[in-house]
Amino acid sequence: MTLARRIIACLDVRDGRVVKGTRFRDHQDMGGITELAARYSAEGVDELVFYDITASPQGRRVDVAWIDRVAREIDIPFCVAGGISSVEDARAVLQAGADKVSVNTPATRRPELVGELAREFGRQCVVVGVDSLRDEDGQWRIRQLTGDPDATRALDTTTLAWVERVQELGAGEVVLNAMGSDGVRQGYDVEQLSAVRQVCGVPLIASGGAGNAQHFIDVFREADVDGALAAGVFHSGALAVSDLKHQLHAAGIEVRLDDPVPAVVP
Amino acid sequence: MTRPKVALVDSGGTNIGSVRYALDRLGADARLTSSADDILAADRVILPGVGAAGAGMRRLREAGLVEVLRQVEQPLLGVCLGMQLLFERSAEDGGTECLGLLAGEVVAIPPAPGLRVPHMGWNTLTTVRDDPLTAGLTAGTRAYFVHSYAVPVTADTLQTTEHSGTWSAVVRNGQRWGAQFHPERSASAGSRLLTNFLLEVSP
Repeated sequence: MTLARRIIACLDVRDGRVVKGTRFRDHQDMGGITELAARYSAEGVDELVFYDITASPQGRRVDVAWIDRVAREIDIPFCVAGGISSVEDARAVLQAGADKVSVNTPATRRPELVGELAREFGRQCVVVGVDSLRDEDGQWRIRQLTGDPDATRALDTTTLAWVERVQELGAGEVVLNAMGSDGVRQGYDVEQLSAVRQVCGVPLIASGGAGNAQHFIDVFREADVDGALAAGVFHSGALAVSDLKHQLHAAGIEVRLDDPVPAVVP
Repeated sequence: MTRPKVALVDSGGTNIGSVRYALDRLGADARLTSSADDILAADRVILPGVGAAGAGMRRLREAGLVEVLRQVEQPLLGVCLGMQLLFERSAEDGGTECLGLLAGEVVAIPPAPGLRVPHMGWNTLTTVRDDPLTAGLTAGTRAYFVHSYAVPVTADTLQTTEHSGTWSAVVRNGQRWGAQFHPERSASAGSRLLTNFLLEVSP
């Protein structure tokens, strides 16, 4: 296959700034939205995701003014998540220039939303974000309202059943946030992602746990995900996107490079 | 040279803003319009589009733009769904009659082991035939695709991409061009294609 595995930088947005927490808590300010978007775009990231992490817990919609500014600034695709709970919310976000919308908590409350969005905008615009954690009985189950630890709720639905359901409803892509791995940079949850891959026929994006280039190599090789998303490891400067791309290329993984790179002899 | 006047056809698709911003970044004189006079008077016409073929054609019919687009004689570029609508028919939405400006039909990308549909992400371009529109987009250049339906290779195919089959990535017949990928979201490859469309192709 010639389609590149995607490297996606995730920018958690809170009150108009990019923040990053550990295990979804204790958020630190990482910078301005358009500045970081432009920086990652210039570094060669393939896609950006903006999570308005306060929108769902506070019961408000995502603010579209900054989406319009990002759309003017960058020439790579980007997705917006957070507080999108209706076709009209999604329309506002897409018309402001986002390429995709990602729904998470609102889809757990009203799964029909996924189908409504797919019919209106096409399934390629509809991403379902899944926050997942392994329970004591060994099953992965979904969580809602994860932007606010005090509001987060565990649901009875298993992650695998939910991923199957949202595809039937019209999801064009699934982002699997493994909450147990998030923010601690010990690697993606390859076991969980491999299990989800078995039931996921649309693009699957790994999220949570990236700490170094080897983690990306592992998740592409072992879980066969289409993209890998990271935040803190990029924001902190611990791993530059361009260096990561070259290491992936050297490992034989198909990626988009800015400049032609000599083929590596196996 | 004077900047060409670009009519960006307001087809109601949600990527119109992104295409306009891409043209703004290039310094183009682009106007979003559904007026027949504006479209027919422009130096270049771009038909953007995202979503399903049925809804896309319905919007063009409701806006009275089907005949207008058939009358366009200046360079016309369809982008993504806009390219698919230039063809005769699409298999999407149970079969949709399209504009019929290019010969061929749009089909569903078949599922294949290890290949996901929608075809979403950065894929490589392979050149079938050189053209001013694709100048600088050498073999192996990556562009950003998002689609579940695709145009097979036809006599009008300039460049192809591979994903569970070989598909038209860029097409041309006379003054009508199409790009299946999103130039507005394809970084330097996309801005090169749009620049070529503005400055290199001649009416």
